[in-house]
Amino acid sequence: MSQQSANNKMVLKLIVIVIGMFGFGFALVPLYDVFCDVAGINGKTDKTAAVYSSVEIDESREVTVEFITRTNTGMPWEFRAETKRVKVHPGELNTVSFYVRNPASSNIVAQAIPSVSPGTAALYLNKTECFCFNQQPLDAGSEAYMPMQFYVDPQIPQEITYLTLQYTLYDVTARASDLTTKPNPFMVNSAESGK
Amino acid sequence: MSKATEVISPESSAHHDEHDHHDHIPKGITRWLFTTNHKDIGTLYLWFAFIMFLVGGAMAMVIRAELFQPGLQIVDPNFFNQMTTVHGLIMVFGAVMPAFTGLANWLVPMMIGAPDMALPRMNNWSFWILPGAFLILLSSLFMEGGGPAFGWTFYAPLSTTYSGDSTALFVFSVHIMGISSIMGAINVIVTIFNMRAPGMTWMKMPLFVWTWLITAFLLIAVMPVLAGAVTMVLTDKFFGTSFFDAAGGGDPVMFQHIFWFFGHPEVYIMILPAFGIISQIVPTFSRKKLFGYASMVYATASIALLSFVVWAHHMFTTGMPVYMEMFFMFATMLISVPTGVKVFNWVATMWRGSLSFEMPMMFAIAFIVLFTIGGLSGLMLAITPVDFQYHDTYFVVAHFHYVLVTGAVFSIMAAVYYWLPKWTGKMYDTTLAKWHFWCSLISVNVLFFPMHFVGLAGMPRRIPDYALQFADFNKWISLGGFAFGLSQLIFLALLIKACKKQGEPVSSQVWEGAEGLEWEIPSPAPYHTFETPPVVK
Repeated sequence: MSQQSANNKMVLKLIVIVIGMFGFGFALVPLYDVFCDVAGINGKTDKTAAVYSSVEIDESREVTVEFITRTNTGMPWEFRAETKRVKVHPGELNTVSFYVRNPASSNIVAQAIPSVSPGTAALYLNKTECFCFNQQPLDAGSEAYMPMQFYVDPQIPQEITYLTLQYTLYDVTARASDLTTKPNPFMVNSAESGK
Repeated sequence: MSKATEVISPESSAHHDEHDHHDHIPKGITRWLFTTNHKDIGTLYLWFAFIMFLVGGAMAMVIRAELFQPGLQIVDPNFFNQMTTVHGLIMVFGAVMPAFTGLANWLVPMMIGAPDMALPRMNNWSFWILPGAFLILLSSLFMEGGGPAFGWTFYAPLSTTYSGDSTALFVFSVHIMGISSIMGAINVIVTIFNMRAPGMTWMKMPLFVWTWLITAFLLIAVMPVLAGAVTMVLTDKFFGTSFFDAAGGGDPVMFQHIFWFFGHPEVYIMILPAFGIISQIVPTFSRKKLFGYASMVYATASIALLSFVVWAHHMFTTGMPVYMEMFFMFATMLISVPTGVKVFNWVATMWRGSLSFEMPMMFAIAFIVLFTIGGLSGLMLAITPVDFQYHDTYFVVAHFHYVLVTGAVFSIMAAVYYWLPKWTGKMYDTTLAKWHFWCSLISVNVLFFPMHFVGLAGMPRRIPDYALQFADFNKWISLGGFAFGLSQLIFLALLIKACKKQGEPVSSQVWEGAEGLEWEIPSPAPYHTFETPPVVK
């Protein structure tokens, strides 16, 4: 029957749309990141280390970089930036350090999530080394200094003279089972000196 | 339009001989369980929607009882949050959407001269999975720790990190509701594309059919996105993914983007069929053709298209860059242009018409006035800088209840009062109908209008307690709420009487000015109609 086959054909097309839109819902996840990257919004920095080579230092300008730390609800660690703010020339390599202490009676694995404000500045803040690239385990009662090495891209727009980098520390112990055994290269453990 | 619906089919005479053979109606419960008849399924949808309207309304009564005075008196905050959440879910997915699907089932085949929906068996399924979905949702309220309490918008991390185990039931019930509406939408689209009577061209279709066609496309475009969003919530909560968890590289704000990408077209899903209904009723009781038929069609299509690019106006306060806020502000305001076209067209249809004020017309006029109030407060909310003040206050609650209760729900009531005599063959009790109308109209405004004031004064939504200065207004809001709730029992009484086939028999045209194929068939509409398609000139 022609009516029947016309209906079936149409239903098939519509089901393809439905499946396509279901897929589109999930495609929004990577698209969201891509869009934020391209538009330079949302203040997300790269999740992998930048390579510092043949970067010209722009001595004529200074940019102030401020560091803010906070811990997520339920995360007991003490967490602070050793350097509150630093004035840098774009292109110049800098190292700052963050202090953490685990006052809890259990070993905890943490993940730091960076966020840059203004959001457009995130594109120009390049990190060659960061504790935020990896999850960071810390035994109960111990403390540590975590280094972070960065430079500000000389391409940074003239109007940005001040930018804030915020780290939020999350407790990810539940999902990080294997990390407690793996020493982290970026962590300078100073549990002994802390006692 | 009116010319379009002159029927020269031998329907009424030829049909007569086969009458008893064709009008054999199965009896008992199996009639309803196994029915593939569009009229039966429409009735099921409409009764289901009405029952859900009463259930969701009962939850609103709990909310208003708690808010009758400041302090915590009746329920604890967690249960209060479950009430606001499930009230919203039931009214959106259980009352308004199934009611429109029920109307589409009853009316679309009759309006386009088709014998039934294109996919009758799927039609049966799309209805019968719905009660299951709502049983799951409602039963989750009795779980340890209670049901969903994160608001109908289920923002992460409220629905992931901070929710109870009942979230799994919430997710499955939303999945089933989504599948049901997608099946319903596919059915409507295929019916309208493939089963129009000869001569029923696109631009001769009644506006209710047009608006439903566009709504159906919105449904198949965004319900799958909702399904994706709840699936992500499910895996984030139970299977360790990090779509919305910043610690794992996700982003909770992204949830809001995905949700509102579904959510904003969803609000037009709940209002476009209402526009269609009003566009059917106003010409009938103005005894004029609808003013600007083509512009109505184009306005509906533009609203549907624009609905995809305005979603972030729900999230102005999330810290978007200014240029994005500007874009979403202007795109949102742009929607008021096609919406304004519609309101002006209805008014122009009434202008110098020979008006009469039967029940459907009363509800339709109330719709036009009160929906416009809701539209204006929506325009205010669209303005980014002032939205920072209005965001998450009772002003928002007032806005969306004006467009959804005095908008969508009033249009559904108008539709029932308009087509009910065609369905039952008898005129309903107009005295009860008048009581229902006036009680509803007064109480709904006592209920929702003061919400504007407490909202502007800063009363936040979804809070079981409030500052003392809001006490008087909240008392009035609650009283209006109880009165509106009770008024719906008048409607229930009227519907029960109508279903018992009490009342005066009506002619096939029912209303003096009514035009369209559904008014050409006898009243009550026979079990099978248009088995030989009519020819539309």
